[in-house]
Amino acid sequence: MKNKFVKAIFAIALGSALFTSCKPKNSGDAVSGDAAQKAYVAPGKYDEFYNFVSGGFSGQLSVYGLPSGRLFRVIPVFSVDPEKGWGYSEETKPMLNTSNGFVPWDDLHHTEMSQTNGEVDGRWVFGNANNTPRIARIDLKTFKTAEIIELPNSGGNHSSPFITENTEYVVAGTRFSVPADYANGDVAINTYKENFKGHISFVKVGKEGEMDLAFQIVTPGVNFDLSHAGKGKSHGWFFFSCYNTEQANTLLEVNASQRDKDFIMAVNWKKAEEYIKAGKGKKQTVKYAHNKWNEKTHTATSEIKNEVLVLDAAALKDICYMIPCPKSPHGCDVDPTGEYIVGSGKLAALIPVFSFDKLMGAIKNKKFEGDYGGINVVKYEAALHGEVQKPGLGPLHTEFDGRGNAYTTFFVSSEVVKWDIKSLKVLDRVPTYYSVGHLCIPGGDSKKPFGKYLIAYNKITKDRYLPTGPELAQSAQIFDISGDKMELVLDFPTIGEPHYAQAAPADLIRNNGQLKFYKIADNNHPFVAKGEKEAKVTRKGNRVDVYMTSIRSHFAPDNIEGIKVGDEVYFHVTNLEQDWDVPHGFAIKGADNGELLIMPGETATLKWVPKKTGIWPMYCTDFCSALHQEMQGYVRVSPAGSSVPLSWSVGTNLPKATK
Amino acid sequence: MKKLFLTALAFSLLIACGKKEKETEEYNPAADPSATETTATDPSSYDPKRGEGKFTTVELGAALDQAMATKGEEVSGVKCTSCHKMTDEKLVGPGWKGVTERRKPEWIMNFITNPDPMIDKDPEVQAQLEICLVRMPNQGLSDDDARHILEYMRKNDGVK
Repeated sequence: MKNKFVKAIFAIALGSALFTSCKPKNSGDAVSGDAAQKAYVAPGKYDEFYNFVSGGFSGQLSVYGLPSGRLFRVIPVFSVDPEKGWGYSEETKPMLNTSNGFVPWDDLHHTEMSQTNGEVDGRWVFGNANNTPRIARIDLKTFKTAEIIELPNSGGNHSSPFITENTEYVVAGTRFSVPADYANGDVAINTYKENFKGHISFVKVGKEGEMDLAFQIVTPGVNFDLSHAGKGKSHGWFFFSCYNTEQANTLLEVNASQRDKDFIMAVNWKKAEEYIKAGKGKKQTVKYAHNKWNEKTHTATSEIKNEVLVLDAAALKDICYMIPCPKSPHGCDVDPTGEYIVGSGKLAALIPVFSFDKLMGAIKNKKFEGDYGGINVVKYEAALHGEVQKPGLGPLHTEFDGRGNAYTTFFVSSEVVKWDIKSLKVLDRVPTYYSVGHLCIPGGDSKKPFGKYLIAYNKITKDRYLPTGPELAQSAQIFDISGDKMELVLDFPTIGEPHYAQAAPADLIRNNGQLKFYKIADNNHPFVAKGEKEAKVTRKGNRVDVYMTSIRSHFAPDNIEGIKVGDEVYFHVTNLEQDWDVPHGFAIKGADNGELLIMPGETATLKWVPKKTGIWPMYCTDFCSALHQEMQGYVRVSPAGSSVPLSWSVGTNLPKATK
Repeated sequence: MKKLFLTALAFSLLIACGKKEKETEEYNPAADPSATETTATDPSSYDPKRGEGKFTTVELGAALDQAMATKGEEVSGVKCTSCHKMTDEKLVGPGWKGVTERRKPEWIMNFITNPDPMIDKDPEVQAQLEICLVRMPNQGLSDDDARHILEYMRKNDGVK
């Protein structure tokens, strides 16, 4: 009996030992005892860093705190957002305008913060639209998307938006090479090699952040994947990873993996500027939208532009050089000194590290091994600093801690590996859960990283959280990297699929003149009502404009009659509050539209076309006070051609009540 | 005597703790010097006649300043009269009729520029809140705005 019991215990122990050994990365193993303490930010206390995380296919940008992993805000960028009325209000619709008309969704992959002297400066975050190529600028005073510029001649704006050390340019390399918009695109797809071209865009950034498509460089048809700007000694250069140098157009997972090495394209953008000045750029007729938000009128405008300057990389030999890089390079990262360029081949089992000095020497001494589509190819060894041997499987992205260490993510072997940039020796490795893509160290791609935390952004989270049906949340994991060993302190779910992220010290953002409310006196919206005495309803033909105000806890007017079926009714709601964090909402029954969410002192407009007669209730959607439920009203809709006069009121029955 | 010393010591420790907390948690006090000037938080030190805020003495003219009252009426139209009537009738908040007779000018100026702390402390405001159930919002009034509104209230109360 006793023996039997011991045997059973032994069997269970053996079984569980086998079980755990089958699953080498037991999720508990990586967490040490004081992890919770390191990630804990007590209620009412603030985090040390803001983390701006790509929302992937949600099209939005999310803002988290580090090290708590608490979600603070989702900023709508490329996708309509019913929560905030983004893309539903008349004022925000122009932000999503493109040369293809209104586009309600996109795929935001990468975030990049503005920099001054190579350091993050807390002014703006940029984001890319991967599907209908665009770049957005998000203002960190208002946490609002302030500008979106479309990119012509592109398909899949993936290697974007990366930035130069003084925010001179934000760049964008096309993922899909396609026939240029200014060429005849109606060609057989299998003529890729002749007719498909790559374009990389240099978008100039003005003092107030305003973006302007300065020029594009046309290259052979390849897939551009990622990029990073040079810094310090390599300022003036940009580096783009590219794959599919086979120029295949079908089944790329096989056909774009034929060559042992693809390329990192080094671009001398200062040289390109000289050529533009010397008139070497060719004006091409294209069509792209440029959308801007106006803080004074609380309204976006969209302008369609028709021209772009294009430089030919094959004709102007000293703008672009190709550096061979094994195999299907993805990440392309430059260390804080600007000397080392880390290329990571998705299919490579090593990490090549290139030296900027050696690259310059190779170019000077013409150590070329031939050309690719008219662009000189530098000899691999001539530009190579060295290779990190056996680091893991599937290296993707590298960030830096400012102490001479690099941290690379490995998608296939699901780990982050720390290595020494100079000696190329592996120093530490930690497992991630699972299939890590990008990573972020606050300031980790700048000259001055804040090397305290590292966040890994994972594609898959099986077994990590309570299950939620077929789809599980993607996730991020925070590691403390202040010591010799990386230490997992927290994981938290993310929105969409997190791609790249950026982070900055909290004070840099909250200290930059954060907006608390819009001053009502400065509100220059054409339909503003500054106070209830300006609330009114006007009709011009079948267009009805309601100048409405909201304050805790009522609308003015809250009774409107004389609206007719088929009228185009514009509710212009001005929030009269002048206090931090008191938005009001507005919704009306049956509207084939979203809601409005109006910030204090702001005006926003909802378009409503009533289809049926009756009484249509409207109400405030954002809980504003104890009497929030009472913040409501009625709109009476009469048949088309009805003679009910237009009337509106608040607090008084108009037209006069009948008994 | 000893007891007093201990109390003083405890008090100074308390202040020291509070101060340290402030240095670490509040960021960049240098950028906004007024932010560091905290008013006393002890409810027993609250002056129900003056209220709480930056205004200690407000000089009123014997006669109405018509220009100021006009400006006050303009600001009120944007920020106040959505909720306050000029009569004694309650709308969202109480009517303004007679307010300058019930309240000191300092109290009015402090309340309309610094409502939240006063709503929390002033017994009469708390009683008012039980009736209105809506906390008066901070409408971001400038000092001048507040003074002009006060003059408009005086005009409403019959000052000539």
